[in-house]
Amino acid sequence: MTRSTPSRRQLLQMGAAVGGSLLAGEKALALETNPRKLGEPLGPYGERSPFEKAVRWRRDSKTPETGSSFTPIHDSVGTITPSALHYERHHSGIPAIDPSSHRLVIHGLVDRPLSLSMADIKRLASVTRIMVLECGGNSAGEWAATTGADVQRSYGLVSGSEWTGVPLARLLAAAGVQSRASWVIAEGADACRMMRSIPLAKALESSLLAYGQNGEAIRPAQGYPLRLINPGWEGNTNVKWLRSLKLTDQPYMARDETSKYSDLMPDGKARIFTYAMEAKSVITFPSGGQTLPGRGAYELTGLAWSGAGRIERVEVTTDGGKTWVAAALQEPRLPISLTRFRLPWQFNGQDALIASRAIDETGYVQPTRDELIAARGTNSVYHYNGIKVWHVRADGTVTNVQA
Amino acid sequence: MCRLSLVIVLAAAATVSAQSPALQVGRPPTPDEIRELGSAIAPDGAGLPQGSGTVAAGQKLFAAQCARCHGPAGEGDIGARLVGGQGTLATPRPLKTVGSFWPYATTLWDYVNRAMPFDQPGLLQPPEVYAAVAYVLNLNGIIAADQVMDATSLPKVRMPNRDGFVADPRPDVGKQRPKK
Repeated sequence: MTRSTPSRRQLLQMGAAVGGSLLAGEKALALETNPRKLGEPLGPYGERSPFEKAVRWRRDSKTPETGSSFTPIHDSVGTITPSALHYERHHSGIPAIDPSSHRLVIHGLVDRPLSLSMADIKRLASVTRIMVLECGGNSAGEWAATTGADVQRSYGLVSGSEWTGVPLARLLAAAGVQSRASWVIAEGADACRMMRSIPLAKALESSLLAYGQNGEAIRPAQGYPLRLINPGWEGNTNVKWLRSLKLTDQPYMARDETSKYSDLMPDGKARIFTYAMEAKSVITFPSGGQTLPGRGAYELTGLAWSGAGRIERVEVTTDGGKTWVAAALQEPRLPISLTRFRLPWQFNGQDALIASRAIDETGYVQPTRDELIAARGTNSVYHYNGIKVWHVRADGTVTNVQA
Repeated sequence: MCRLSLVIVLAAAATVSAQSPALQVGRPPTPDEIRELGSAIAPDGAGLPQGSGTVAAGQKLFAAQCARCHGPAGEGDIGARLVGGQGTLATPRPLKTVGSFWPYATTLWDYVNRAMPFDQPGLLQPPEVYAAVAYVLNLNGIIAADQVMDATSLPKVRMPNRDGFVADPRPDVGKQRPKK
């Protein structure tokens, strides 16, 4: 760099000094002295930069076809989870389904049983909704004294997507639901034919037959080509690879709603049909496993959501719960959707216990872990939505206080 | 304003109901499609097929098809533990098994038929499913060794935790703030 040729940094500083008024200056910024290598050619389907490394974390399971993988929510920005990073929970692997031969059959207590191809379903008027999807077992480890070290392992069975499909009510009307019907038994086309019982009222109110996710077809791991979406309800009820909806006058007490996805209380009784996902939030930065590079100004950020509607408010403490302040809620702030919150924070090199609590539009306040355990004990497995506390240590390392 | 909204809502409802019968979509399912989807079993036994199975037949079948994952006596391995745990649900270490936790024997039939063996679901014929279920129920002391399971007897089996489930009372925890 010679004195007569201003450096790139100097030009940037000049540009900043004169504002955006000098177009010539902007042009000069683009000048490079050396010939440049041509970039990659255009491709048919994009990939992220090789510098981006965020991946799902897969929990060990006894068989590779079962188990769950967790979204790296600490690496997320905004409120949409890339389809490739959406959390997964499978019970017998991901089926390979040719959509041209896939059919959904609506039968049971209906006047006109229907067999629908994907083309049939896509001919109907569609709707698009941005929504959060959370596994009923997300944060299940938090009931225990020792939990996952980071936010991905402890809170990562949650993702946000834009779903496109047809309101189920429309097809139920076409099939002619009989007055005796009160339940819908939904069954998937995976090897185990995963089945759940859904109250007819929910199906009529808000269930969606989704074939689109984030602007393209639903990914195989998310139910390609057709998935039942029950807004605000635990992930397991959102039956993937949907092949059958049977109208009945009773729930079928499926394995996945009795033996699993029921919540055992200290008195030995188990709550059944615990569909709703209550309000929850977690700070994703700074969070367990991360290290602040030094003292100074930071922006705390995290995600909040509620199966009951919009997030009304998120409060953050940086002093272990002595004081709480309202965080800024980033738009869009949609019902039953991931909502990002932010709060400026000065790290002075002192130990800090930080946490967030969400309040949704019904007035529900996210409880503490102690409140949850006082009411439900520690063996209910599902629907943990307690306040998560991270410990920022004087050296900038962040740990899970329960780790 | 209120009255205007009502008029609009009524008009919209009239439009929907006028259009509903016109929604022609799909076709009637074929008998094969209905038959293939007919495997879901209700807790009252609706849907159970003909056939029957004995505990003795189930013991042989279990050794051949189930024991490699669930252990020779259903004690669990790669697959879930199937026996024991009765009386533990209200303790700090509850053991949830078919015997201690599952409320309906029909659910066991449905799940074995639907999802087992894990790597070959759909392999078992109805008499084999009845037999496997009979054996697992007998292992748990729920039916006697000479009881035969079929579409009539299975729904009558009284599971120990039949009354162990309650409705969801949530929201049950935390404070409520007044709505804005």
